[in-house]
Amino acid sequence: MNFDPRYSTRSFASVGTRPIRPDGVDKVTGRARYGADFNMAGQLVGRVLRSPHAHATIRKIDTSKAEKLAGVKAVITAADLPDLTDGDAAMYDILDNCMARKKALYDGHAVAAVAAVDARTARQALKLIEVDYEVLPHVVDVDEAMKHTAPLLNDAIFTEGLEEKPTRPSNITKRTQFGHGDIHEGFGQADFVVERSFKTEQTHQGYIEPHACVASVSSDGTADLWVCTQGHFVYRQHCAQLLGMEASKLRVTSSEIGGGFGGKTHVWAEPVALALSRKAGRPVKLVMTRDEVFRASGPTSATSIDVRIGARKDGTITAAEATLRYSCGPYAGMWAEIGAMTAFACYRLENVRTVGYEVLVNRPKTAAYRAPSAPMAAFAVESAVDELAKEIGMDPVEFRIRNAAQEGTRSSYGPVYGPIGIGPTLEAAKNHPHMKVPLGKNQGRGMACGFWFNFGGQTCTDLNIGMDGSVSLAVGTVDVGGSRASLSLVAAEELGIAYEQVKAVVADTSSLGYNDMTDGSRGTFSSSMATISAARNAIKILRERAAQMWDIPVDDVVWEKGHTIAKGEKYGNLAALSLREIAAASGKTGGPIAGHSELVADGAGVSFATHICDIEVDPETGATRVLRYTVVQDAGKAVHPTYVEGQYQGGAAQGIGWALNEEYIYGKDGRLQNPGFLDYRIPVCSDLPMIDTQILEIPNPNHPYGVRGVGETSIVPPLAAIANAVSNAAGVRMTHIPMSPPRILAAIVAERGG
Amino acid sequence: MAGVAVSTTINGDNVEYLCQPDETLLDVLRDRLGLTGSKEGCGTGDCGACSIILDDRLVCSCLVLGAEAEGRRVETIEGMAHGDTLHPLQQKFLEHAALQCGICTPGFLIAAKDLLAKNPDPTEEEIRFGLAGNLCRCTGYDKIVRAVQDAASAMKGA
Amino acid sequence: MVEVTLWGSLGAIAGGKSKVEIEAKDIRELFRKLAEQYPGFEPYIDRGIAVAIDGVIYRDTWSKELPQGAEIFLLPRLAGG
Ligand code: FES
Ligand code: FES
Repeated sequence: MNFDPRYSTRSFASVGTRPIRPDGVDKVTGRARYGADFNMAGQLVGRVLRSPHAHATIRKIDTSKAEKLAGVKAVITAADLPDLTDGDAAMYDILDNCMARKKALYDGHAVAAVAAVDARTARQALKLIEVDYEVLPHVVDVDEAMKHTAPLLNDAIFTEGLEEKPTRPSNITKRTQFGHGDIHEGFGQADFVVERSFKTEQTHQGYIEPHACVASVSSDGTADLWVCTQGHFVYRQHCAQLLGMEASKLRVTSSEIGGGFGGKTHVWAEPVALALSRKAGRPVKLVMTRDEVFRASGPTSATSIDVRIGARKDGTITAAEATLRYSCGPYAGMWAEIGAMTAFACYRLENVRTVGYEVLVNRPKTAAYRAPSAPMAAFAVESAVDELAKEIGMDPVEFRIRNAAQEGTRSSYGPVYGPIGIGPTLEAAKNHPHMKVPLGKNQGRGMACGFWFNFGGQTCTDLNIGMDGSVSLAVGTVDVGGSRASLSLVAAEELGIAYEQVKAVVADTSSLGYNDMTDGSRGTFSSSMATISAARNAIKILRERAAQMWDIPVDDVVWEKGHTIAKGEKYGNLAALSLREIAAASGKTGGPIAGHSELVADGAGVSFATHICDIEVDPETGATRVLRYTVVQDAGKAVHPTYVEGQYQGGAAQGIGWALNEEYIYGKDGRLQNPGFLDYRIPVCSDLPMIDTQILEIPNPNHPYGVRGVGETSIVPPLAAIANAVSNAAGVRMTHIPMSPPRILAAIVAERGG
Repeated sequence: MAGVAVSTTINGDNVEYLCQPDETLLDVLRDRLGLTGSKEGCGTGDCGACSIILDDRLVCSCLVLGAEAEGRRVETIEGMAHGDTLHPLQQKFLEHAALQCGICTPGFLIAAKDLLAKNPDPTEEEIRFGLAGNLCRCTGYDKIVRAVQDAASAMKGA
Repeated sequence: MVEVTLWGSLGAIAGGKSKVEIEAKDIRELFRKLAEQYPGFEPYIDRGIAVAIDGVIYRDTWSKELPQGAEIFLLPRLAGG
């Protein structure tokens, strides 16, 4: 396959328009089927027993009483999910997280599960399971967990990445470092230095659909799994490995997905449901409650970050440094590492160093959340950048423009940038009418920038042309927010046909080759690349068929606007053949016409955003109100601009919730105190203003249409933009996220000297 | 536990079912009647994904017992379109892309229908407060509010 | 011969070097030779290393050729949302 992914300037007929999505009607009529909307004949109800302790040794589990309860068909513990991970540490952690083995490591850790004829029987059965715990001291705070005196979660862990091999185990699994230049020299040249410490609390992705699946294992060893997931192919691999099955015998169908944001990239309940089904010999439906979603799935890291930035009087940054400590839950992760890579990615720096520490705590295993780890790092860095601008006496936008990375800049994480959009988003923000709206009393304006890498990855797509000339497109990336519409547009564009002539579906794992997880904003980027490649392969066949129909050499046949055209004077009176006509004749010209594509989509262009917001702070109560919010972001090329706007707005809203309200609150006993939407409050409609968006298009050189991922960057700047706005409104620098009313009030009172 | 026999009207049709006394109306709709358009996001009345209209009142069906539907009128998302013709709210939600994942959509549509029935010409603020019982994690609400505004003017024109 | 820049932590394993010279024509050969010369790299390669060639990040394309004189940068393989 000689697919050339490089960008070339072109005009578009379909791409860039805003048609109604193909799955839309089903979704507004209630017909679309999500994780919990699927049932199988004879299915049982699965439920999971979870540890009430933050840290405890499991001495013994007695399931005998539960097994005897009428209507209970299977009870499982870790013994039913033996360790088949064969030294694969990451898989072992996934297994242990699905079902605790020797120790319960957080409040909510699964320890046993039942399958019963109905929900009530299943709940009763859970109460009959006797677990003998030896409660151990626990630690939930990231800074506390780093101390020598902290309770150890895992005494086999010795910090990786230190110059000298450590002699004692630690909760710090890894130290990582990035940067270039010499920061000591850089700080030596600085006229102004800002140095501050910041904290952010743990949040949840907060998708409205709880995890849900239906598992059915047959006695012949084959199995079906229906599940809401961001990556059914990856789920298949993980489940097959954990259960000792052949991947091809497990068919995974991804349901419509009710939000994921990174939280549905990990298996939790699925291997348990499969193990229950295997033991019971019947299908098992397992749906998490909201309480379980909060206690056992999701969350982000809680962080503690120190930042130091120095600049000359003229506004040039001379050195930048950050130390980032991120909680990982009870298992090793690379969250601080990502934070350390992204922290200063917006800037052109000669001297920069970031150090990350991954820290184990007795909280749920950290999962990706939209540009994982980047928002916290951006909060710390962009707050310090604002403060530094103020000290120098420069406008914060000008200060950022002066130091913004550009094509050819060495990024703080290593490689040199190609064409990028940070400068243009800053210029657009500077000129945005939002900047000129006058502010009232107790109101403040803040702005901040954000960066995300964007991913590509393994992708497989089939494009089948029906006899009637309609096109079905089977993709393996999950549609998390309108990608079937975008990919249909791309297929229509490439083939030169109408959008309505294309129907895109998400294929199950038995119908298509492997696809990576739909993460890292890769869905539209990768699958559109594969769709273009598949369409080009189909066009090649269409040309061959036309050549046959005309009985002329294929080299004389070109494809234009959905038709083949015979090139050259001598074919003067041959009328162009439409895709429909060629398809109708396909039975006689060699059979079905299809284009396939298997590729690794690489070269996902990095993306940048600048956000502006206005906040009003009530100095008496610390309450805040978001008055205005504007997102400026580079999309490379917006395939379906409405859904791009939607990604910008959604990310901003999640960031606003994180900045102002959302946090996991743990009691002294290490139990989560707010596992529900009442006490873990995400923004509602009346909390937000309209969110204005501006899409910039700086083409990604490594995609035929210039597309970049758009899904994640929008959550990166809000924490900082809002912190800067609140700080400006309240007259005091806010250093702890979320800026809930009590925190703001305390900061105001402290500043007043009260 | 003995079942309770219930006779009720759902989307204009007479429906009879047996349910447990402690079973929610949401579970009855989804698990017994196959009406899975109403979603369960929390089960505690905090997300609005299960919104239905019960005798002209907007309620969370996860907080209503199946037995309480006896002799009453239930409207769910499945009854919102008239045959092939979408309700103006459904149409405007599509046109404005007021849904991304769509899990919150049935609840929003029912809540918005109830809002417009009571206040055909709401201000932006009235829409925002009127829909504050429904959570959406994907959209930031911007396009939902616009879709409801647009539907309100379309319905006035009709 | 290509010059490969290592990120901080990997540099520590290579005895504090931030750059290494390797005779390799593509990513596959690069990883194989790196593992031979620096056995400490192996767990990192298993876990996944991304290669940035002139600023473009490749996660899985092991057949990707390494042009002479290109800027080659190793990065940890990332997770996304
Ligand atoms: S499921 Fe009823 S309000 Fe959430
Ligand atoms: S569209 Fe996903 S929750 Fe509203």
